[in-house]
Amino acid sequence: MSLFGRAARLSTITSGAIRRRTTTTTSKTTRQCIFYKRYRQLSTKTAKTAASSDSWILELQSHLATTEVEFSVNKYELERHGRGESYHPTETPDVVVCPTSVDDVITIVQFCAKHKIPIVPFGVGTSVEGHVCCLQGGISLDMKNFVNMEIPNMEDDLLPDPIATVGAGVTRNTLNEALRHTGLQFVVDPGADATLGGMVATGASGTTAVQFGTMRENILAVQCVLADGTLVNTGTKALKNSAGYDLLGLLCGSEGTLGVITEITVKLHPIPENVMAAVCVFDSLQDAAQTVTMLKLCNIPLLRCELLDAMSVKAFNQYQEQQPNNTATKREEKPTLFLEFQAPSMTSLEEQVQMTQSICQDYGGSGFDYCSDEEERKALWAARHSLYYASVKLRPGAKGAILTDACVPLSQFASVIQETAQEIEEKGVVAPTFGHAGDGNFHTIIPIGEDDSEEYIETLHEISNNIVLRSLAAGGTCTGEHGVGYGKTKYLEQQYGPGAVHMMRLVKKSLDPHNIMNPGKVIPN
Amino acid sequence: MKVLVGVKRVVDYAVKVRVQNKSVDLNNVKMSLNPFCEIAVEEAVRLKEGKHADEVVAMSIGPKQCTETLRTALAMGCDRAIHVTTDLRTDYMDLQPYAIAKIFEKVAEQEGTDLVLLGKQGIDSDCGQTGPMLAGFLGWPQVTFAANLEAKDGGIQVERETDAGTETINIPSLPAVVTCDLRLNEPRYATLPNIMKAKKKKVDTIAADSFGIDLEAHNEVLEVFEPPQRQEGIMVDDIDQLVDKLKNEAGVLA
Repeated sequence: MSLFGRAARLSTITSGAIRRRTTTTTSKTTRQCIFYKRYRQLSTKTAKTAASSDSWILELQSHLATTEVEFSVNKYELERHGRGESYHPTETPDVVVCPTSVDDVITIVQFCAKHKIPIVPFGVGTSVEGHVCCLQGGISLDMKNFVNMEIPNMEDDLLPDPIATVGAGVTRNTLNEALRHTGLQFVVDPGADATLGGMVATGASGTTAVQFGTMRENILAVQCVLADGTLVNTGTKALKNSAGYDLLGLLCGSEGTLGVITEITVKLHPIPENVMAAVCVFDSLQDAAQTVTMLKLCNIPLLRCELLDAMSVKAFNQYQEQQPNNTATKREEKPTLFLEFQAPSMTSLEEQVQMTQSICQDYGGSGFDYCSDEEERKALWAARHSLYYASVKLRPGAKGAILTDACVPLSQFASVIQETAQEIEEKGVVAPTFGHAGDGNFHTIIPIGEDDSEEYIETLHEISNNIVLRSLAAGGTCTGEHGVGYGKTKYLEQQYGPGAVHMMRLVKKSLDPHNIMNPGKVIPN
Repeated sequence: MKVLVGVKRVVDYAVKVRVQNKSVDLNNVKMSLNPFCEIAVEEAVRLKEGKHADEVVAMSIGPKQCTETLRTALAMGCDRAIHVTTDLRTDYMDLQPYAIAKIFEKVAEQEGTDLVLLGKQGIDSDCGQTGPMLAGFLGWPQVTFAANLEAKDGGIQVERETDAGTETINIPSLPAVVTCDLRLNEPRYATLPNIMKAKKKKVDTIAADSFGIDLEAHNEVLEVFEPPQRQEGIMVDDIDQLVDKLKNEAGVLA
């Protein structure tokens, strides 16, 4: 990956070799980013930063000459580090730096604080709100070398704590793979194989949040480096903690704007012995949403609870037909609830499913199907698992999509999702809607075609905007899981009012007075 | 039927192996259950769950840490385990497939085994010899690279994967030796209750040199070295330069 290798090889870097910071544009991104012109104007791409961009990299390399830190200005590496998995245009850093120890991070951060160089910490780039876009260039701090793992040893006679301490660069699949024979797992599953550092930074969540909560509820301790180089250890290994300010809570969801996360201690949970998956079809989204509320009121513990609208099911059916060796049954194109349960015994599991079935039927549910065999469960949930790709395929030629995210109180869930589906239909847009029904959180996937007209794309952004406004009006949030990045900063004041935003600004100012930590994100200007 | 499953403790597949003192450096290196052996254990447990096997015994040859490997096999569902203790290296440096197969022969005979399930190869030595050698010593039929196994009518029907395609082999009656390949199954995750239960399952310990077998290596390892460091690539300015280099330097174009 590294064109110029380790810090020691100073001679190969000349001022001509370093690419000046420019924004990569392709025809696709040009169309998509017409609404983001104003964000590009925010970036301080002045003559001053461009001219000095070369010498500071050399200087930083000299500070790290005795270390194993890698630097790269390879064009493709810069681009890869300038984008996540969203429609936000690529904004490249000036250089990608890969530290190998906490001391490296401290050296780099202190250097950047002194010379006012932006730093954007980078995990694997799976975020979806432009988190890693380097709006002001600077350093993309790739945490890939922070891969230490400390997991429970089940051989000991004394049973270990179900916790694991991992470097920020460890991905969740890597952790779960290492935990395979411990009987424990890390439950937060945002879909992508994100790094744990990134998951803390974005406050990640997933389909198991309905039972286990989000990242917030699954971390016990975080180590990070502040913008002045201070090393901070927050939290403890104990399950509860009332000592001092909740720094863990502050860092979780801070999206790299308050410091560089280097190590995390996470909670683990037992891999369930007995799991059952169930599916039920409803005539309306309202009925399905009411069922979910009722299930919760009846105290039935749901492991997963996902709702797909009719268009999502249609997307799945079409997608499956195109697959070679298709064995999946075509599903009825109506709102469908996908549920999962776990219990220590098969009998309690069956009881839960039976109770669920009768509640579903009370709300007009039909076609209730359930199974416990792992292969069958996978087949039953196939529609939910392949949804992103199925949705993009709904529009032939579409390469990417706008992925919206909103979360409302459960009582408003049905009406908000209903109004969204209505607007989508009225505007004639292709946009399947699905949600973590148990949390009141839903997404729409709006595929964007390469040849889409500007008006069409404007309509798509309008829909996205209306979803947020609708959610805020319902007393919800502009983002349930994906985070703010820089596309949603404009909603924060509307959501919280000036007081909270002022408080956030104060926190940011005191922790990062020079605004070097992921500038342009989270806090509106 | 009684099933004997071979379980090897090897260097973890994700480890970047280094050479030290003319052999692979095993100091402080992460070890785990050989992936192909894990598949064999899973198949054995499935045979038991399908009521074809009444007992599954896991066996491992190696140092005291093999008990961890055996505990994993027990947690996955084996009934009991046999630990053949030795401090000889099992990655081909000391103990080699010939001697290992001889040990398995003795144990299979003692146990009255009907079916021996082994991984197709150890990911440390990559020999793939223990299974076939064992079948030879026992005089039993063998199927290697099993991708599907079905117990029926007192025998087994096995599909084996080759580069040319899949062969179906019928072994009308046991005993037999089968080595397991990747696509045979997906091994289960052991759950905590099973891990706890496994701590109580029986593990018999026998010293490797108590069998009266000559454990000496018949093949001498002459050299162990790391592959040459990959050369760093260079950037070329244009297609002409690329073609020139491919022709004249790399020699891959005429």
